[in-house]
Amino acid sequence: MTTTQESAVAVEMITVVIDGFEVTVPKGTLIIRAAEKLGIQIPRFCDHPLLDPVGACRQCLVDVEINGRAFPKPQASCTIPVEPNMIVKTQLTSPVADKAQKGVMELLLGNHPLDCPVCDKGGECPLQNQAMSNGRPDARLDGYKRTFEKPINISSSVLLDRERCVLCARCTRFSEQIASDPFITLNERGALQQVGIYENDPFKSYFSGNTVQICPVGALTGASYRFRARPFDLVSTPSACEHCASGCDMRTDVRRGKTLRRLAGDDPSVNEEWNCDKGRWAFKYVTAVDRLTHPLVRNSSGELVQASWPEALAAAAAGLKGKRAAVLTGGRVTTEDAYGYSKFARIALSTNDIDYRARVTSDEERDFLAAHVAGSSTTYRDIDLADHVALVAFEPEEESPIVFLRLNKNFKKRGLKVSAVATKSSIAMDKLKADFIKVAPGAEPTAVASLALTAKSIILVGERASESAGLFSAVAVLSAKTGAKIAYIPRRAGERGALEAGALGTVLPGGRPVADAAARVDIAAAWGVGSLPSTPGRTSVQIIDALASKELDAVVVGGVDAHDLPAGSKALDAMKSAFVVSLEIAPSAITALADVVLPVAAITEKSGSFLNWEGRARAFDEAVADSHNRSDVRILSMIADAMGESIMLGTVSAAAREFNQLGKWDGARVQLAPVSPVAPKSVAGNQALLTSWRRLLDMGTLQKGEDNLAGTRRQTVAVISPKRADAIGIKTGQQVRVSNAHGSITIPVLVEDIHEDAVWIPRNSFASQSLVALDAVHGDVVTVVKA
Amino acid sequence: MTDFNENIDVEKKNSGQADINSVPFTEVEQPGPASLAEQAKGFWVTFSTMFKKNQTVQYPDVKAPTQPRFHGRHQLNRHPDGLEKCIGCELCAWACPADAIFVEGGNNTPGNQMSPGERHGAVYQINYLRCIFCGLCVEACPTRALTMTNEYELADDKREKLIFEKEDLLAPLRQGMLAPPHPMYPGMTDTNYYNGDVKESHPSQAEK
Repeated sequence: MTTTQESAVAVEMITVVIDGFEVTVPKGTLIIRAAEKLGIQIPRFCDHPLLDPVGACRQCLVDVEINGRAFPKPQASCTIPVEPNMIVKTQLTSPVADKAQKGVMELLLGNHPLDCPVCDKGGECPLQNQAMSNGRPDARLDGYKRTFEKPINISSSVLLDRERCVLCARCTRFSEQIASDPFITLNERGALQQVGIYENDPFKSYFSGNTVQICPVGALTGASYRFRARPFDLVSTPSACEHCASGCDMRTDVRRGKTLRRLAGDDPSVNEEWNCDKGRWAFKYVTAVDRLTHPLVRNSSGELVQASWPEALAAAAAGLKGKRAAVLTGGRVTTEDAYGYSKFARIALSTNDIDYRARVTSDEERDFLAAHVAGSSTTYRDIDLADHVALVAFEPEEESPIVFLRLNKNFKKRGLKVSAVATKSSIAMDKLKADFIKVAPGAEPTAVASLALTAKSIILVGERASESAGLFSAVAVLSAKTGAKIAYIPRRAGERGALEAGALGTVLPGGRPVADAAARVDIAAAWGVGSLPSTPGRTSVQIIDALASKELDAVVVGGVDAHDLPAGSKALDAMKSAFVVSLEIAPSAITALADVVLPVAAITEKSGSFLNWEGRARAFDEAVADSHNRSDVRILSMIADAMGESIMLGTVSAAAREFNQLGKWDGARVQLAPVSPVAPKSVAGNQALLTSWRRLLDMGTLQKGEDNLAGTRRQTVAVISPKRADAIGIKTGQQVRVSNAHGSITIPVLVEDIHEDAVWIPRNSFASQSLVALDAVHGDVVTVVKA
Repeated sequence: MTDFNENIDVEKKNSGQADINSVPFTEVEQPGPASLAEQAKGFWVTFSTMFKKNQTVQYPDVKAPTQPRFHGRHQLNRHPDGLEKCIGCELCAWACPADAIFVEGGNNTPGNQMSPGERHGAVYQINYLRCIFCGLCVEACPTRALTMTNEYELADDKREKLIFEKEDLLAPLRQGMLAPPHPMYPGMTDTNYYNGDVKESHPSQAEK
């Protein structure tokens, strides 16, 4: 259990006696928590250390005496804080408390069905366990138990069996206090009390899976795990989440080589005990998609055919040896793999042409990353201590949900002030009562410059800042002026690790600048090579251009979806003429034109680590033990061996050891050359400036095969301002067409709080893939008309 | 074993040239022929048996019935309308001390109702190479789906053949039973099924 008491100031300590043992705890500690410290387990259902006390289930009754005066009746130990001179007798020493607890348990079981054999919670159920440890051996209540129609889908992912509910209100308290999604509530009173959802309004929350995990009985169950296994079938492995840069601690449960469920782990400094639905329920892509099982090599007649590993490695080595080659890694690989790509590019390919950013990028961003992000360590703890948090090009709930939970916790607990520089208001901003600074797409730098921050403030800047020229510069200037800390929060789990591992053209491992000769010597010595290439590398966009113009002959691609890149179809065309080595788990658009395809291990099949946005290492072990797939770094090492340019990274642990030994750069850092902002483009008539972001649940590759999860996606809409709606004569719900020279998207419209010059559409949702359909991102001009 | 080797020269042993004659040999005393009286006593058992009833059974031509509670091969029972009793709860697998049972639960859907209620056993395997016929699985079964028959002829020539699947274990369809999947008896709940209120299938259950 987590102790949430954390404060630098000395706290008053109180000594109480529980079952004859003295224990000293901070003032304000609840009796139940003080007893835990002594190892005394008081049975409970409603109590949860991260939720406010409620005393709903009455299972934790104990005898309490203060200053020699006893309470007349047993009291709920989960609601009473310790006091000086308090003497507590739990069920272990007080027959009265014991009898009271047994009585409460008997009443709870009076209406609880005996359907443990069909209940998913059976075997890991607090009610089952505590009925055995603190219940009566037989029941005295007979007659009919309360029944309800079952189960009801409160969302496509969560099922509710109301007759099993013990009315502890954990789920409703979680939704209200932690996620601020009050979509479920306790309805009715007395014996008819039940958990309910609003009529015609499903339980739409990105965090709904947590209610399943904290339900102390089998009332809430996950649709995808329903009836799949028993706890004793499962082999559990601590793991880390691969879906975003929040860095949640997780637990992966595997049965016979197949992941059946994932649960949030307990890490008080990162995700506390929560995670988001994507992290919890998007894991089938490993088995759902058509996995690559054998290496493929393009033969002389241009067909991809199955090949043995030695053949494929030899073909890859022959195609890369002595050629002008580059590396694109994507943001999903582990830190160790990224380090492998980084070392492979520098040693085997003798180039700095490596970029992990498979998205819209800018040189300004690259310099910002090298100057302000590599090696930095703003943490979740800093959010807890901040006086003001500014969100810049960052939508916390959609792009890093655990950051949102942390912001929300601080907003709820201490009224943390949040400002958001954005074009469109969002659900998260409403929940956080954020100060919405409305700007036209491209006008963010000016708004950021005028933010009133202090040295205790934090600027959370997202990767979308690269889409507005001058925004990163404005953030850096603001930070320098006010002393506010910068936290750069990318979307993908592997981005920060890739940056630190040097999978970027201007940065070597540990944040060492390529341009710095001392840094190059440092790394060359550690790697045992004479020298490292000194020309700064190309960015992903430049690499694509160079492939198109034949300045580069070959490219090594690892885990990149071409349509994440701006001008994705152009990127694919450019790769057609080049020699492409693709390291992938499943066939993609790049596989179709690759010359050598090498299958790699998915996240559950390998060990490794991610660095979350804080720069904190999130290590994990392989969950599926008997996979034959290998991690990218091992395969790169084999290619390098075949090329005669060894990188000596035969295992993930060797890569981790070497990377950690390199340490951080303590020399001079790259200076960010300020980039001046560009004024937003002017629009007239039906024209609008596009703005968009990716939603948490969308058409992402790692969400394939998750139909239940897909049912909780937010509706695909185009958002326009009321003024524009009047101008084109459209109401919420009607179809609108957003188009440019490249293509068009027709989706329902939502009239909401957005800058008048702008239109917002989701970037990769169903029927709205703006990069594919429009090839446009933030600040581009599109036409908005009624469809 | 090692007693014999102790005296052998280590080098000889390693070179593979140990001399059989160098192994010490202890003479075991052999009992001599017994007296005539003792022989008569011994052969009396043989002689007297000639006049007793013959107990030999000519198996496999003749098969003697087992005791009624003999622990033989398992059977997965059906409700009187043909729906399976197994709900895939895995309690049998949990109880099994030999880890011989593998079960995977499945969801009953309107188009695929295998047992009453929400859940059925989608995969059910008993490995008779492991099973020790203790019957703890039968005790654990909450729906009386799993019982044991008296069938004891469980020998085969392939290991794989001794892993029995659900279709090998399911009881045959008797009079009045319909092969699942089919809907539950109209107006009956799973509780009615467990209480034995369903006696046979209803004509409407046969309609697809």
